[in-house]
Amino acid sequence: MEDSKTIQFSADALTVAQNIIKRYPEGKQKSALLPLLHLAQAEFGGWLSPEVMDYVASLLAIKPIEVYEVASFYTMYNLQPVGNCLIEVCRTGPCWLRGADDIVEHIEKKLGIKDGETTADGMFTLKTVECLGSCGTAPMLQCGADYYENLTPEKVDTMLDKLRASGKRSNYLTSNKQEI
Amino acid sequence: MAKVTIDGIEVEVPDGTTILNAARQIGGNVVPPAMCYYSSLKDSGGKCRVCLVKVTQGSEKDPRPMPKLVASCRTPVMDGMVVQNITSPEVLEARKGVVEFLLINHPLDCPVCDQAGECDLQNLAYEHGASTTRYEEDRRTFEKRDIGDKIKLHMTRCILCYRCTFVANQLTDNRVHGVLNRGDASEISTYIEKAVDNDFSGNMIDVCPVGALTDKTFRFKSRVWFTKPMDAHRDCDKCCGKVVLWTKGDDVLRVSARKDQYGEVKEYICNECRYDHKNVKDWTIEGPRHIDSHSVIGQNHYERVDLLKLKKEVERQIEFQKGKPLPESNPSLTA
Amino acid sequence: MGRKVLLQHIDVPGINTFEVYRKQGGYASVEKALKSMTPDEVTEEVKKSGLRGRGGAGFPAGMKWSFLDRKSDKPRYLVCNADESEPGTFKDRYLMERIPHLLVEGMITASYALGAKSSYIYIRGEYMYIVRILEKAIQEAYAAGFLGKNILGSDYSLDLYVHPGAGAYICGEETALLESLEGKRGNPRLKPPFPAVAGLYASPTVVNNVETIAAVGPIVMMGGDEYAKIGIGKSAGTKLISASGHINKPGVYEIEMGISVEEFLYSDEYCGGIWKGRKLKAVVAGGSSVPILPADLILKTAKGEQRLMSYESLSDGGFASGTMLGSGGFIAMDETACIVRNLWTFTRFYHHESCGQCSPCREGTGWMEKVLHRIEHGHGHSGDIDLLVDVAKKIEGNTICPLGDAAAWPVASAIRHFREEFEYHVKYPEKVKNPKHFEVEPFVSERLVAAV
Repeated sequence: MEDSKTIQFSADALTVAQNIIKRYPEGKQKSALLPLLHLAQAEFGGWLSPEVMDYVASLLAIKPIEVYEVASFYTMYNLQPVGNCLIEVCRTGPCWLRGADDIVEHIEKKLGIKDGETTADGMFTLKTVECLGSCGTAPMLQCGADYYENLTPEKVDTMLDKLRASGKRSNYLTSNKQEI
Repeated sequence: MAKVTIDGIEVEVPDGTTILNAARQIGGNVVPPAMCYYSSLKDSGGKCRVCLVKVTQGSEKDPRPMPKLVASCRTPVMDGMVVQNITSPEVLEARKGVVEFLLINHPLDCPVCDQAGECDLQNLAYEHGASTTRYEEDRRTFEKRDIGDKIKLHMTRCILCYRCTFVANQLTDNRVHGVLNRGDASEISTYIEKAVDNDFSGNMIDVCPVGALTDKTFRFKSRVWFTKPMDAHRDCDKCCGKVVLWTKGDDVLRVSARKDQYGEVKEYICNECRYDHKNVKDWTIEGPRHIDSHSVIGQNHYERVDLLKLKKEVERQIEFQKGKPLPESNPSLTA
Repeated sequence: MGRKVLLQHIDVPGINTFEVYRKQGGYASVEKALKSMTPDEVTEEVKKSGLRGRGGAGFPAGMKWSFLDRKSDKPRYLVCNADESEPGTFKDRYLMERIPHLLVEGMITASYALGAKSSYIYIRGEYMYIVRILEKAIQEAYAAGFLGKNILGSDYSLDLYVHPGAGAYICGEETALLESLEGKRGNPRLKPPFPAVAGLYASPTVVNNVETIAAVGPIVMMGGDEYAKIGIGKSAGTKLISASGHINKPGVYEIEMGISVEEFLYSDEYCGGIWKGRKLKAVVAGGSSVPILPADLILKTAKGEQRLMSYESLSDGGFASGTMLGSGGFIAMDETACIVRNLWTFTRFYHHESCGQCSPCREGTGWMEKVLHRIEHGHGHSGDIDLLVDVAKKIEGNTICPLGDAAAWPVASAIRHFREEFEYHVKYPEKVKNPKHFEVEPFVSERLVAAV
């Protein structure tokens, strides 16, 4: 259990954070909350623990509850630990029309987990999500910063194998795109 | 000043007054109900949609009607505005719809809920609700939790009026609870176990329109209509010290702030007054508190009716209504 | 070959870089505006162009700009709505990814017209890789002197920033977007006051969609009157249509408003017809929020006139037999598509995205999803269909923001035009237990069979 005294941005991340805060007018630094939470999530293992959120609150001089309220409202913030690669498959109408259900079923079988679960080795978490703005190249999924489009079960298998081999933790700020 | 006509009755109010407050000046059936608006809480209102009314004429200058029903608690009056509340079948249909929505995830807790008898949702459902439910799906549920050591939160009962967050923002500067998640998974919570230790936290109980936030020191002690509410006060250096004591015999079962005829507290009280003085000797009793005779609490007949006061009130109403046209008869009201 | 205003140079290699973009005539509108036009003159051109908001509402952009409170001494803001989350819509992503400078140029010219000193692009968090692309384009613009202090030696200065969202469709609603930009939960505000008076940080603000702002550069260059000549009637200009679903060539197409829906669907220049040799069953023409229409009503209006891709023609017939252009998210369905299941994915979407402030939307979207889930999975009963229509009716118009309407319209329209299919699900629950029930055997309307 880390307490808030040990949670701190690295020097580089802190510089990025301070530049983000500067984008907004004097006294309106709370606007930096959403981008800072993305930064914190990427820095601290892909999820936001209460201690991390308290740290972000202190950076912006706002109350912790204001951070919890925002972090729980938006779906991209993980309030529980996730696997190394968070696989987010779109499930809304246009993707469903082009076979998204089959892709989800295929991944569930391949990884042995259901929607919302993480593999036992902590490598993959599967989540079905709403429209990702890629309806023309459906079915598709998002892993961290990368979109994988025009999916087939074979392409999915290639992607999973390559992601596993790359060993990197996916986050929304850094690309880890695999050729499929 | 601006003149506004609500259900055919004209009233003149200061600029910036909302339709709801203008209707409250008229009083009676013309007043739309309000579940999330609270006059002493800044930013409250506009969410529950119970107070929706129809504006058939925007103003003298621009007489176009407003295209949708508007929330009367947040819409300011304009000079020459014409509003329909209970004289509009559309408004009544919408209100029935909103009440139904408020009830679909609300548990049938009345038999075990402390708020029964003074619950805004009960009153609203009684006026505008259907006698059976059409909802056969699963309801969203939560575990009971404590917010602080004196307040119990039954999140299943919450209708998300947000009043408790507004009162925390207004009376303290270290709010620790808020609204988490979104949609119908929205939850009032502190997120992690946190002590609610500011001195005015108990006011959450008074502003909550339903039995979501209740006083643990009163929990299950008595049905509210078996108690006698008494106006009382004490010298308090933190708050106004003006309260209502809910008594049974010589026992003070509960202490709360004073609510006006619309169920709104105007002067908040501190936790000490609320929780720490449950002896009649701690207080200067002023007399029985008048509660609307329509309320079940009034059925206790604990008050001697002040005939002189009643006569004066009737005379005031007659004077006010003189020369005003009666609202058009509304067939759906008599159906 | 339709006229292209936005995507004219999209296939030029390197068009996403400043250098190539500039060579193709990019940023000329900034020069023209700053050197030879007053801010009000720029607004006047946009007004004359007849440009309508391209995010979905279709409100005249020039009029919105003229509402901006210019008397207040608070700073003014232009905020670009790049939150694109309407199912079926992916045109803004295409534009920002392939030709980011078109948006940056539009932001500068529009900010000048509005007198904004700092402007923001609010982009949905899932498009984070596009944030990098935009930030790079903005850096290039700063380096070339088109952003920052005293742009091109004039006394106009502008700072432009990109601000990411974090996963909330509701933040596409302009006031919820402003709340989110201020670092809060994306709860829409009550209107009035409108953003033009009290928007970002309670200051006068204009919020416009990506495509709307991208059109500002070309409009200033060709002149509002020229732009107004493109298109048809009150649907001036071109529109980016995101075509998806059961068609041969899904993708983003820029069309001149006024081409026929039939041409758009079947011509090889656009969607290339229905895939796998199948027949068209239904179309959602403007993103999931607009009414769904069966094949016959999308190709022709109820009066029998050819349906055109324009605001007016698509709305012909109102709710009874029409739909809307909306965001231009054109989703086509063939005969194997199950209308009920598609509707269920939409109601699930709205339920997931409701902010939860107001009771009709918060409770109603969940209710509709649960009932539809039962019907689609073979547990519906006959009262459910009328119940859905009634719930949709009770949500519509009673909410703080249009998400409630957006959730209600698909339900009401699907039942209005495809009621038999819902009744089939209720009558034959065993037949719909397989999620691919109509792929196994397409649904045939008994009404049609009887008529043949």
